[in-house]
Amino acid sequence: MNPFAENVLDRKGKHGTGALLVEGALDTRHGPILYLEDVSVSFDGFKALDNLSLYIDEGELRCLIGPNGAGKTTLMDVITGKTRPDTGSVFFGQTIDLLQMDEPAIAQAGICRKFQKPSVFDALSVFENLELALKTDKSTWKTLFFRLTAEQRDRIDDVLVTIGLTACARQRAGILSHGQKQWLEIGMLLMQEPKVMLVDEPIAGMTHQEVERTAELLLSLQGKHSIVVVEHDMEFVRSIARKVTVLHEGSVLTEGTMDEVQNDPRVIQVYLGG
Amino acid sequence: MKLLALAIQDKTCTTVLMVLAAVTVIIPLCNLITPVDSPLHFSAYTVSLIGKYLTFALLGLSLDLVWGYCGILALGHGAFFTLGGYAMGMYLMRQIGTRGVYSDPILPDFMVFLNWKELPWYWYGFDNFGFALLMVILAPGILAFVFGWLAFRSRVTGVYLSIITQALTYALLLAFFRNEMGFGGNNGLTDFKDILGFNIQSEAVRSVLFFLSGLALITAFLLCRWIVSTKLGRVVTAIRDQESRVRFLGYRVEMFKLWIFVFAAMLAGIAGALYVPQVGIINPSEFSPLTSLEIVIWVAMGGRGTLYGAIIGAVVVNYSKTVLTGLLPDAWLYILGGLFIVVTLLLPDGIVGLLQRKIRGQSA
Repeated sequence: MNPFAENVLDRKGKHGTGALLVEGALDTRHGPILYLEDVSVSFDGFKALDNLSLYIDEGELRCLIGPNGAGKTTLMDVITGKTRPDTGSVFFGQTIDLLQMDEPAIAQAGICRKFQKPSVFDALSVFENLELALKTDKSTWKTLFFRLTAEQRDRIDDVLVTIGLTACARQRAGILSHGQKQWLEIGMLLMQEPKVMLVDEPIAGMTHQEVERTAELLLSLQGKHSIVVVEHDMEFVRSIARKVTVLHEGSVLTEGTMDEVQNDPRVIQVYLGG
Repeated sequence: MKLLALAIQDKTCTTVLMVLAAVTVIIPLCNLITPVDSPLHFSAYTVSLIGKYLTFALLGLSLDLVWGYCGILALGHGAFFTLGGYAMGMYLMRQIGTRGVYSDPILPDFMVFLNWKELPWYWYGFDNFGFALLMVILAPGILAFVFGWLAFRSRVTGVYLSIITQALTYALLLAFFRNEMGFGGNNGLTDFKDILGFNIQSEAVRSVLFFLSGLALITAFLLCRWIVSTKLGRVVTAIRDQESRVRFLGYRVEMFKLWIFVFAAMLAGIAGALYVPQVGIINPSEFSPLTSLEIVIWVAMGGRGTLYGAIIGAVVVNYSKTVLTGLLPDAWLYILGGLFIVVTLLLPDGIVGLLQRKIRGQSA
């Protein structure tokens, strides 16, 4: 037992100086919204994540870069509950232990993810894709009798405008271009009103113009959401990032601004080979 | 009314509905009103036969919901049909009363034959029609719930799930074969006399059963159409296409699968309950894995993921079966296998897909 911890509890009880802890409520008063500490994941002996520690602040736009196999996607899998780490802890705010939750619970708590490969539902229309993502009660009976309110319809229309797909709202998502699918998936993230957005390779397959608009969109969202972007395109990362984290062989190599990171000899060695 | 409006949006759907409604009303009416020698009169055999097709169509429809929309290739769907059938069969057995060979007022013949003195507890209540109807829905529903709960929560999917559904129905087959189970063993339940006090062999009762089968099919069809048009229907379709993505949107995938699976099992149970009084027997062979595979072939043949495809497929395949088993009794399994290969290779969207392509080709 940690004697200090006990002490803290004691003081709270006696003097009432501690803030009220609400179970399950997000608590970010200490700054970070995501805490990953000493997280390790191994697959058949290969260490995908090796004692990785990472903190994401509330409202921050963070870029994760690193060579292939650095553990970027595994990291997202751990945060969203797809992969359970062998050791370490993952907290959402101060109080929510993500390792105790499964994927739907984590998603409903407000951590949403865009996949590397655009994952939209091809058989459904663009509008229906957004409707499915809409933040609402997602139990079976509620879903069966679900009816869009005018407010929710407006919300979908707003997102359609944001992602530039208003004209294709009634089209099947399957016939969209690769770039449009990426946008639709970002739109689906927005519909979920997430606190944390994990965005895996958002600009793969996009034209130059689309890339610019994506950068604008992500920049406009920071502050409202905490955003973690994984991207290979350095030019794109430079255009959006305030703070960049470099992963290498499953742990954090360095953190800093793009310039700091790019001039770091260790980073240069990792990328160019030593 | 809303259900109807929804169904009418689609032309094929309207046609299927109209044909079904016509069949449901005209055949029993013709049978009751016209004299036996009239050309409009259908024989008792024909009425039972088409009535049987209607219950199979309902069974196919329920599988299409599970397979065509939710992507669960259930190869043991016949188990739910048969359970519903047994529940109805148990009621019909209790109705026999003292008219059995051994004239025991309570025990069915096979129990007297086995030298049983008392009715097993699970036969209690089946003398009550309402209770039997409840069991027609609950027995398959509960089995589907327990099985689905375990399978979907453990995230068993794809081929593995298909295999354990086969194992489920095979296990039931072996269990119901045993005399000690108290369901008539190998012979099953048969020799029914009355239903609700009316002679089950009479033309009128047959016509009513036929009408009810048609009505059940139409109602279930409209209900299924409604379900797939709701947001739940879209979630289920999304699960079929990208299961893990749906989880990351915050939906409990296993609960949605369970919902659809249990609902479909209940529909299958109703189909079974309508089937048994029309054919006059229920025995464990209905649990055989082959029977369940046939249901899959009906749906594939008709065109899955359309609902009406399942109805068309069930009727076409079963009609072919009736005709062909008469002509070439030994060849049916080969023909069925051949049909499945042809559908898989050449007609991935089944008969419905073929017709739609034809229609589109003409209009273009």
